[in-house]
Amino acid sequence: MSAPLRGAPETILIVGASLAGLAAAHALRAQGYAGALTLVGDEPHLPYDRPPLSKQVLRGQFCDDTTLPRHPDLRAAFRLGTPAQSLDLDARAVTLADGARLRYDRLLIATGTRARPWPNPDEAGLADVFTLRSRDDAARLSARLRAGPRRVILVGGGFIGFEVASTCRDLDIPVTVLVREGAPLSAALGPRLGGWVGGIAREQGVDLRLGAEIERMEAPGGRLAAVLLKDGARIEADVLVAAIGTVRNVAWLDGAGLAADDGGVTCDGYGRVLRANGDIVAEVFAAGDVARWPNPHQDERLVAVEHWGNAQAQARTAARNMLAGPAAGLIRHDHLPDFWSQQFGRTIKLVGLADGADSLAIVHGSLAEGRFVALYGREGRTVAAASVDSARWLPAYAAAIRERAPFPPFEGAVDQPRIRIEEP
Amino acid sequence: MSCTTLFEQVLDPDHRADPYPLFAQLRRQPVCRQADGTYVVSTHAEIARLVADPRISSEDLPDPQKFRWTGHPVTDLLVRPIRAEIRRRHQPFIFRDPPDHDRLRGLVMRAFSPERVRGMREETRQLTDELIDAFAEKSRIDLVDDFSYPLPVTVICKLLGVPPEDEPQFQGWATQLSTALEPNQRSDEATQAKNEQCFTEISAFLRDLIAKKRKAPGDDILSDLATGGDGAEDEPERMNDFDLIATAVLLLVAGHETTVNLITNSVLTLLRRPEHWERLARAPEIAPRLIEEMLRFEPPVQYRTRLAVADIPIQGVTIPKGAPVVLLLASGNRDPARFTDPDRFDPDRPDNRHLGFGGGLHYCVGAPLARIEAEVALVALARRLRNPRLVADPPPYRPGASLRGPRHLCLDLDGVTGA
Repeated sequence: MSAPLRGAPETILIVGASLAGLAAAHALRAQGYAGALTLVGDEPHLPYDRPPLSKQVLRGQFCDDTTLPRHPDLRAAFRLGTPAQSLDLDARAVTLADGARLRYDRLLIATGTRARPWPNPDEAGLADVFTLRSRDDAARLSARLRAGPRRVILVGGGFIGFEVASTCRDLDIPVTVLVREGAPLSAALGPRLGGWVGGIAREQGVDLRLGAEIERMEAPGGRLAAVLLKDGARIEADVLVAAIGTVRNVAWLDGAGLAADDGGVTCDGYGRVLRANGDIVAEVFAAGDVARWPNPHQDERLVAVEHWGNAQAQARTAARNMLAGPAAGLIRHDHLPDFWSQQFGRTIKLVGLADGADSLAIVHGSLAEGRFVALYGREGRTVAAASVDSARWLPAYAAAIRERAPFPPFEGAVDQPRIRIEEP
Repeated sequence: MSCTTLFEQVLDPDHRADPYPLFAQLRRQPVCRQADGTYVVSTHAEIARLVADPRISSEDLPDPQKFRWTGHPVTDLLVRPIRAEIRRRHQPFIFRDPPDHDRLRGLVMRAFSPERVRGMREETRQLTDELIDAFAEKSRIDLVDDFSYPLPVTVICKLLGVPPEDEPQFQGWATQLSTALEPNQRSDEATQAKNEQCFTEISAFLRDLIAKKRKAPGDDILSDLATGGDGAEDEPERMNDFDLIATAVLLLVAGHETTVNLITNSVLTLLRRPEHWERLARAPEIAPRLIEEMLRFEPPVQYRTRLAVADIPIQGVTIPKGAPVVLLLASGNRDPARFTDPDRFDPDRPDNRHLGFGGGLHYCVGAPLARIEAEVALVALARRLRNPRLVADPPPYRPGASLRGPRHLCLDLDGVTGA
């Protein structure tokens, strides 16, 4: 253990000026913190909201400016467009790319993730090959989509890819989705429900190819013309979006001595980061996509949860614990992961984490109706619940997951078919 | 004192004027079993949790009236059993669970459109002024009979598309049928018999009216529901006549009795606190916040009943499958764990997420209409009544414990000012 913290903080630094960083700043002020407060951001923008980027913004509907609201009394200094470059734990200072050195009494690491770049750098550099993470990415892609491409290829079977594919269909653009696995969305939903969403995508005109991988791109004159798949198929397209996951922004922590790697910055249950040797750094916290912590709903397994709701909840917990004096107890981050996605005219919600589930049951509605709640079980306990266009009962299942209720937690409920347990 | 008889006291008319101290006692045990096996839920968090729980059903109506021989075999063996079965299958959506609830409610929401509701504001204002104009020569009025009752019935009849000449008859039916929404009255046999008679009459009336609307649709909810609205050709998008009648009766009753109470409770509450009455007259822009606080402080619907369809462990208690459940909304609204200084009437209260319109999937369909009616009515009353004084405090209450409100609210006035 490091030495106990003395005195109330007078300077708090937040590295990362997005959802988690801003939520922490608001929470600090709401709890009466009156000292200096600085947020450092690598993008030139004030904190903005990302979920609309793959939907409304891309469709060119309203809100192309998704800047998050800031409280008029936030009194925070924003250092934007200047990424943090290094962290000196002993000196309690962060150095920025422009050479500025910022001291802190408490530090929050909320640097999040970036889009995983396409692995072939020549192909990644093509003007017609896109990734989608930032507001600028969305603006570029949106402009390209509105110019009316012949066909868009989406690589990746995750939610961002599917949301973009859905947006393309809204805009009546032909779209092919290439998924390496046997079902889309299977990491989050498992193959059964992932496959069901894939079926919906196909119904709405998506050319969905499973087990598909790109061999190379054809780009005569530097413009994308087609992709060749490993199975020999050739697909003509003039736009490609790589939605192949994210990379955590931890490079700036190299040499700082923290337990940080591609899997994130490791924290304890209270959000305090750990040194590589496992010691707690009492004055440095992490929150949001970049943070990995022992999750009480996952048998204390170290997980990072890249969800909008978690970013805010974790930031609030970190803010609370940053201000807690030696006498006040720290609170644990016990947020139950949850997220939503809107695609193909449907709203999908998930609470809990379905990976590792060994069983699945439809407990309301049915896949055939396109409106249902599905529960995931692991070793006889309820671990997650997914809903499609019927989120109303999710709070009850969230409570069941928190309580580690048996799987399924109850039968004979309202609007409940006879429960049949299946493979996830 | 044990909480097992507290709800019985809530139902007791002696406590109608001020049930809130009983609620405070009930909240000591947020989910409390009563001697008759009913579970009363009295805290905000637990009510909010249970309205979003699929183990809670709204299909909790008591068994239909006990069978009594009339001596006519056709009636006894054919007509009545069939009628009872139809009634049972076509309850209004407030007494139904998904998926039927969702289909019916969805159709109603489409007809009860925001534009249509907003369009009632001017009409409500005119009606309000006419009703207040009639007080000019009086030194004493009964707010309930002279104002709170006639206003919402006229508004809902207009929205539904009931011809003005039939309104008085509708008002009578609404009053009688409101007992069907009143859990402590609906199981009483005499009331049930009267309701049945009343329902038969209103059904016949509505059947004719619906047939007329189908032939010559108007710009009203009943026409939309009867024809499927604009361009909806697909048959399943339309309600059948049984559901349509049940829905129309629900809208009539729920859109009436509750608003009567909201207006009357509001005037009573404000006249007990004249500074708020004067503030409203001076600054009518506070009306929306004041009405939200009223819905928290004196909600027109004090509780709703449900049925547990599976065991529900909550707050250290298990509500067993089959148990009747009372969600005591008015108590949740006074829960100190949710609201600071809950027994203080404070229109400036921040974050006022009250349970006055219920919650979850049965959240009041008519909330936007109720807000408009109450706002228009209260602003006009506060501005125009000269020196109103309560004649009796507390006033006499109607028997209902759920749809709770004064039967009469006599006010002495020094006349009215012009509109």
